[in-house]
Amino acid sequence: MKSRVPSLILGRLLIALVTLTIVSFAVFFATTMLPGDTAMILLGQSATPEAVAGLRAAMHLDEPALLRFLYWIGGLFRGDLGTSYANQMPVTTLIADRLANTLKLAGLTTLVTVPLALTLGITAAMWRGTLYDRIVTIATIGVISVPEFVLATLAVLVFAVYLKWLPALSFTYQVDSFSGLLRVYAMPVITLTFVVSAQMIRMSRAAVIETLNTPYVEMALLKGASRPRMVLRHALPNALGPIANAVALSLSYLVGGVIIVETIFNYPGIAKLMVDGVSTRDLPLIQSCAMIFCFGYLLLITTADIVAILSNPRLR
Amino acid sequence: MKTYSPTGILAARSGYRVNLVGLVSFFVVLFWALVALFAPYIAPHSVGEMIDLDYFGPMRPGLWLGSDYLGRDMLSRVIFGARYTVGISLAAVSIACFTGVVLGMTSAVLRGPVDMVVSRLLDALNSIPSKLFGLMVVAAVGSSIPVLILTLSVIYIPGAYRFSRALAVNIETMDFIMVARIRGEKLPYLIGSEILPNIIGPVLADLGLRFVFIVLLLSGLSFLGLGVQPPYADWGALVRENIGGLPFAAPAVIVPSLAIATLTISVNLLIDNLPQKIRDRSTS
Repeated sequence: MKSRVPSLILGRLLIALVTLTIVSFAVFFATTMLPGDTAMILLGQSATPEAVAGLRAAMHLDEPALLRFLYWIGGLFRGDLGTSYANQMPVTTLIADRLANTLKLAGLTTLVTVPLALTLGITAAMWRGTLYDRIVTIATIGVISVPEFVLATLAVLVFAVYLKWLPALSFTYQVDSFSGLLRVYAMPVITLTFVVSAQMIRMSRAAVIETLNTPYVEMALLKGASRPRMVLRHALPNALGPIANAVALSLSYLVGGVIIVETIFNYPGIAKLMVDGVSTRDLPLIQSCAMIFCFGYLLLITTADIVAILSNPRLR
Repeated sequence: MKTYSPTGILAARSGYRVNLVGLVSFFVVLFWALVALFAPYIAPHSVGEMIDLDYFGPMRPGLWLGSDYLGRDMLSRVIFGARYTVGISLAAVSIACFTGVVLGMTSAVLRGPVDMVVSRLLDALNSIPSKLFGLMVVAAVGSSIPVLILTLSVIYIPGAYRFSRALAVNIETMDFIMVARIRGEKLPYLIGSEILPNIIGPVLADLGLRFVFIVLLLSGLSFLGLGVQPPYADWGALVRENIGGLPFAAPAVIVPSLAIATLTISVNLLIDNLPQKIRDRSTS
């Protein structure tokens, strides 16, 4: 039988591409449908009509929206993200460092979250129905039901106010030693870890439980395999795909989490840049940040889907 | 995991097995609903009135939840905040679920190109992270309560659509739909009288979960200063404006956080502990 995997993956990538196009369309038009004339806003109230008209022509504002959209997309591909309205700097320069900071934060969170959440999720599934499982399940429901900023507030309250272990705010330039690194990243990473790992625990627990319900695991039980052996040798290898899928899917919660966490901890990342951009209505900046976030989100979701396809032996 | 402990008369009479967690969370949800409904009658002070000379005052008799950063009564502000948080979320979730479910059932019945196009478009909408979407809309048109309600509902239409479409597709293959089709029934009858009654249980449970998502997103946006704007304040906005009290562990910042947490956790637990009969009426 011919493998269906390549065509399935190709199809999934194509869908991602179509989605990205629709999303970029939405991002562009949502932000250009603004009331008010951009050239007028840039030049201020006292600008002469000739100056406004000149700037409009220079910025291609007098051309149809569809054409501007194509210019914008073309610019994206060339790595030209436009010029910030607020401080006249190229958006690329503004974003570069900030993006690195955000990726650092996300990377560190992933490093902490994945082992922690998988251990908790898999063991909870292993001892399903026990007190341990109930505690883990209720704790994850609790964390999932609470907004990120409440978690962050609680973390500040516990670690910075009562225990006084950590500073309440982040300043990235203090990083020169390991302890410095720990102090700066601790609060944001702790908060994000809570957000992401709650999702990951839930999903990986569900994935393992699903495999534990299959006939071949029952068979292992009947032949007298011990519980750890049953889970680790028989169930886990088959649950790896769904678990990897769960990991990629829960990491997409980083996108929402990072927006809140960077704001509350004053972390100089790209989400903070974007929130600041919203208050100054700096459109090129917002568009670029939005595209980066959507791209990252789509990347993770598509990865999750592809992993799910690859790990399904029935499709090979 | 589901260890139902039937609690007394209620369980026996209704034939539903009710458990304690479900019951407690039901009363918490009911409590906040009543608070939101009767806010003007139970709030001891007006929202804007400054009654404490001190700011971030502690809890004490007469000022049960302390005072906020301007010395206003926190209890009254939280009570009125319930109106905005619960009201806006309820309005948004109603619009989102109504639109999503109607579209979902329609897609399932019509199939073909309509289904394809609607599904693709809504999937694309779904792949914009929700907070980002909110940020963009606020950046574009500014924040007001109608804009918030509309934005929140648009964000959660795709989820409601997917969920109800998946359920409706199953029902749609049943014989009684075929019979109705042969009778020559039109689309509104098919979705309203044949499909909807069979998926209403899970759809309502899903509505509850979506309500929680909306409360979380609304609070998040308000916390970023992009949601409900002063002089009005929902719970998220209350946390934001009193965040300065965090170093002193002022009740002004803790109480609204707890209010959000109790509401969302109890809705989640309520749905988790709903009698199986309601929750899975047609999925089994």
